[in-house]
Amino acid sequence: MHKSLVSITDYSKQEILSILESARDFEANPNRKTLDGKVIATLFFEPSTRTRLSFETAVVRLGGSIIGFSDAATSSSVKGETLNDTIHMVSCYADAIVMRHPLEGAARYAAEVSPVPIVNAGDGANQHPSQTLLDLYSILKTQGTLENLTICMVGDLKYGRTVHSLIQAMSHFNPTFKFIAPDELRLPEEYRVFCRQKGIPFTESRELNDNFNDADILYMTRVQKERFLDQIEYERVKNVYTLCNDMLAASKSNLKILHPLPRVNEISMDVDKNEKAYYFQQAQNGLYVRQAIVSKVLGLIE
Amino acid sequence: MEKELKVAALRNGTVIDHIPAVKLFQVVSILQLKNSHYPITIGNNLESKHIGTKGIIKIADRILSDDETGKIALIAPNATINIIKEYKVVEKRPLVPADEVHDLVYCANPVCITNHQPVPTNFYVLKEDGQVKLKCRYCEREFLREEIKLKKK
Ligand SMILES: [Zn+2]
Repeated sequence: MHKSLVSITDYSKQEILSILESARDFEANPNRKTLDGKVIATLFFEPSTRTRLSFETAVVRLGGSIIGFSDAATSSSVKGETLNDTIHMVSCYADAIVMRHPLEGAARYAAEVSPVPIVNAGDGANQHPSQTLLDLYSILKTQGTLENLTICMVGDLKYGRTVHSLIQAMSHFNPTFKFIAPDELRLPEEYRVFCRQKGIPFTESRELNDNFNDADILYMTRVQKERFLDQIEYERVKNVYTLCNDMLAASKSNLKILHPLPRVNEISMDVDKNEKAYYFQQAQNGLYVRQAIVSKVLGLIE
Repeated sequence: MEKELKVAALRNGTVIDHIPAVKLFQVVSILQLKNSHYPITIGNNLESKHIGTKGIIKIADRILSDDETGKIALIAPNATINIIKEYKVVEKRPLVPADEVHDLVYCANPVCITNHQPVPTNFYVLKEDGQVKLKCRYCEREFLREEIKLKKK
């Protein structure tokens, strides 16, 4: 059986690089018939239109077919069917399952009981490896390398799963990190310990200002209102953490701004026309990376 | 006044001593002593010079497995386990936590799949800097020993 993709830590450095390599191939030629006759199930136990459309387009452009549901309300899980039973039922029809689930650990469990490979498209606040791989692909594509880069991460570093996974994935490539977050959303201790153990240099600060002037990548995340007990504090943070075009004046010429999208107000619209803004292309890169992921779990590429 | 609880000396078996009084019944549960047919002596709320009040368990004719010792080490790391043969301590069992624990404790993450579906829990036991942590195989969260709750069997 081929390996499921549940967590970015399931992949070695070599596997990450080979996925990115084939994503580059798919970008050069995204329409092929390599999934001809294959059926891929997309089981979305919670809605995520953005992620689902990206996976489904990836499959359809390779000639595969899609079955599934986009919302648990239309699935049998509302009738109390266990995840185990849903996975077994669907695996009778599909060659692979792409799933998103609100509960953490759902994808790991599904991968253990499933006869066909599982691709985790998000399990609660835990893992979302295709997002991490498309982040890496965007970094590789814009910088020409993943090695020795300075990555500045801004915003919700406490709950932001994309941040945590990116730290783990980048740890293979000798990075320097700059973490910018308000106290309420500071990077959890376990990730600071992780960096120290790996010998990865990092700095922490509370102010965005021009703290990213030596960065190659500025990774912005959404600061959500619900995370704050004190709404006055939220208003303050929201304004301090908004990136505006004039703040980019002294940044490096190769700097690219990434954001997992959707944005709320972390990036001012006037940044969109700056050539350093890369978040829309980043989303498009997701298509090629997901073509590579689906092909890999089906054993069609190394 | 004699406060020592008199318990019969053990000829062969296992003595688990210095269990914090509040942990005693958890250890009883881990070892599934409720269903055991071996002669057992259980004492609790005994005075201890070191830990306030303590519990003690003596199980005749049974020697604990390493797996059982590993589970006790998670709940009561400072307990002592002595293996007795012919009234003599023949082995002082070190309390080394097990590497993995299967369906012994609940995951402390309320949105973990194991708390919502009939999924047995599995934890990796991480031993770092003298601290013991449990990492859920499913939600990948890490917990301190004090945060976890034993499953009722
Ligand atoms: Zn868990």
